[in-house]
Amino acid sequence: MHLWQHWSWQIDGWIIAAGVLCAVASSLLGNFLVLRRMSMLGDAITHAILPGLAVAFFISSSRSSVPMFLGAVIVGVLTALFTEWVRRFGHVDEGASMGVVFTSLFALGLVLIVQAADNVDLDAGCVLYGAIELTWLDTVSVAGAEIPRAVLVLGVVTVINALFVTLFFKELKLSSFDPSLATTTGFSAGLLHYLLMVLVAVTAVASFESVGSILVVAMFIVPPATAYMLADRLAPMIWISVFLATVAAVSGHVLAIEVPRWFGYRSTTTAGMMAVAAGALLALAILFSPRHGVLVKFLRRRRLAWKILADDTVALLYRLQERDPEAATDPNTLRGLLLADQFSFRLVLAWLRRRHYIQRHDGQLRLTRPGRHIARQLVRSHRLWEQYLTSFANIDAARVHDKAERLEHFTDRSLRDELDAATEGAEQDPHGSPIPVERSEPGNHSDS
Amino acid sequence: MSSDPAAATLPLSVHDLTVAYDRKPVLWDVGFDVPPGSLVGVVGPNGAGKSTLLQAVMDLLSPASGRIEVFGAPYRKMRHRVGYVPQRESVDWDFPVDALDVVTMGLYRRIGWCLPVRQKHRDLAIEALDRVGIADLARRQISQLSGGQQQRTFLARALVQDADLYLMDEPFAAVDAATERAIIDILREMKNRNKTSVVIHHDLQSVPEYFDYVVLLNMRIVAHGPVAETFTPENLQKTYGGRLTLLDEVAEAMRRRERSL
Repeated sequence: MHLWQHWSWQIDGWIIAAGVLCAVASSLLGNFLVLRRMSMLGDAITHAILPGLAVAFFISSSRSSVPMFLGAVIVGVLTALFTEWVRRFGHVDEGASMGVVFTSLFALGLVLIVQAADNVDLDAGCVLYGAIELTWLDTVSVAGAEIPRAVLVLGVVTVINALFVTLFFKELKLSSFDPSLATTTGFSAGLLHYLLMVLVAVTAVASFESVGSILVVAMFIVPPATAYMLADRLAPMIWISVFLATVAAVSGHVLAIEVPRWFGYRSTTTAGMMAVAAGALLALAILFSPRHGVLVKFLRRRRLAWKILADDTVALLYRLQERDPEAATDPNTLRGLLLADQFSFRLVLAWLRRRHYIQRHDGQLRLTRPGRHIARQLVRSHRLWEQYLTSFANIDAARVHDKAERLEHFTDRSLRDELDAATEGAEQDPHGSPIPVERSEPGNHSDS
Repeated sequence: MSSDPAAATLPLSVHDLTVAYDRKPVLWDVGFDVPPGSLVGVVGPNGAGKSTLLQAVMDLLSPASGRIEVFGAPYRKMRHRVGYVPQRESVDWDFPVDALDVVTMGLYRRIGWCLPVRQKHRDLAIEALDRVGIADLARRQISQLSGGQQQRTFLARALVQDADLYLMDEPFAAVDAATERAIIDILREMKNRNKTSVVIHHDLQSVPEYFDYVVLLNMRIVAHGPVAETFTPENLQKTYGGRLTLLDEVAEAMRRRERSL
């Protein structure tokens, strides 16, 4: 296998560490950006801090981290402020005001960086895409160990973000869910908002060198958005987002090395592949999520359709035999009457036979005693509904059948009893057919 | 005023309150007192400034002028004595929390910054959910609750706050009959414990049955007082008979003037 031939923990290990820390730090905060419907503000801040970096560089004329951090964080918070001001005083909606603010600041940043590029190696491309592959080259020594600077910085930021989310978990939950309650009970929603913005800016700066300004947005938004589909409480959502971020980072690096080789190319950028992996996880969640997943919804609808077809089949058998005990009840006749497709009908018949609701006699289908019992309940529900709807909802007797046909599948014993009481124990439906009486047990008494 | 001992016992007292959005007045010179232990209905047409009034009481917006006292002091000193039930539509019901989480939020102020929610808080929340009759739904994600159950969750959240003054923004809007009954039972029970509720209400027919004090609002106070004396056809005619068109006109004139400068 190619992968392990060129694998070096010294290089790949540190790249993965940087990727995981960056993804985890971002998605910790991203949960709240997604829940506050401020995903775009994360995007805006990560772009807008560019002039902050450039100005900090001009002033300090060094690439040392501290002025860079300060400059970026200040501009990051200003972005949030400007956006709010432009929205309020310019009378435009939040999206438009964000668009104005961050493109202007980003452009200003680009101009400044291009200006600066003559005398320094502050590279615009690097700011956009990052250089995670070079992580291992620039190390600092901590307690005798050589650690890449990016990993150290991202590690510290991850710890800060984790502390922030843990300590202010309940405050963040409240102010994201109901900002006015938060403010009126003394947890200033505005304060938490700007704290969050400061940390978003800090995380964005720290992630710049590794994944660049565009891809850090993916890490802010995509794992939390995926987790949102999979969890229905906040703490699990955060855990899932952290897990997904880790998976995306690790698989991103592995795939960046592997996938291009399948097509005969050299390995591609890890940061890009991390974002692609996160996107793929999101796509999987859309398909397979247990509650909102496309597949689950499809299966659920299919199962309901089959359940209804099974109901219709036994009810039809009941009616046919009620009218004429000798009526033809071979599968093909039934299928024609039910307008069912071949596959579904076979499946439903097999299920009904396995449950011993019907049996086959000389090519004819017959209801068994338990089958007859559930059929009688269905027909009773149907006719009670018809009676009820014609008496109380003023629905024409000719049209009432279709409505009752839908409702009968969702009517249980207690609802039938209520219907019975409401229709004053009617014995016939509006078409003159008898309403079967309620019986609790399928056995012991003779039918028909 | 605040040296007056009677004023300190008034749950809510509003003086000369004017609120304007973008120079357009929403509340104009509003003033009224709410007697302790009363069940107050705030009634008025759409756009009369009813929600704005509650928001102003809770310092959620800054009024152009006027003064509001809660138990004789500014709101921020008395927030522990005020419970708020916002409009149901004001929050995102797809938020990943369950009913119990939402109710516990009413206890956050008492728990304090950075400290976690503990078992005794959850017990209190369950108790409140039980009082509104949905303790069995405590662990249900809030989007899975019906409209009435969501409203009850909000009510339970206000109950755990154990406040003396409750401000409710249309708790009866679009709820089923059983929930309406449950809410009014709780309101009466609170009244019996000498707690005050100020409730924005839309259904005029039920006002005499539900409330004992009424504030008729349409940008300004049309009338306020005990229901029997205040809730009269003439006052309702004045409340719903139309906006103060002259005030609108003068506001428009002010805007034009500003633009021409």
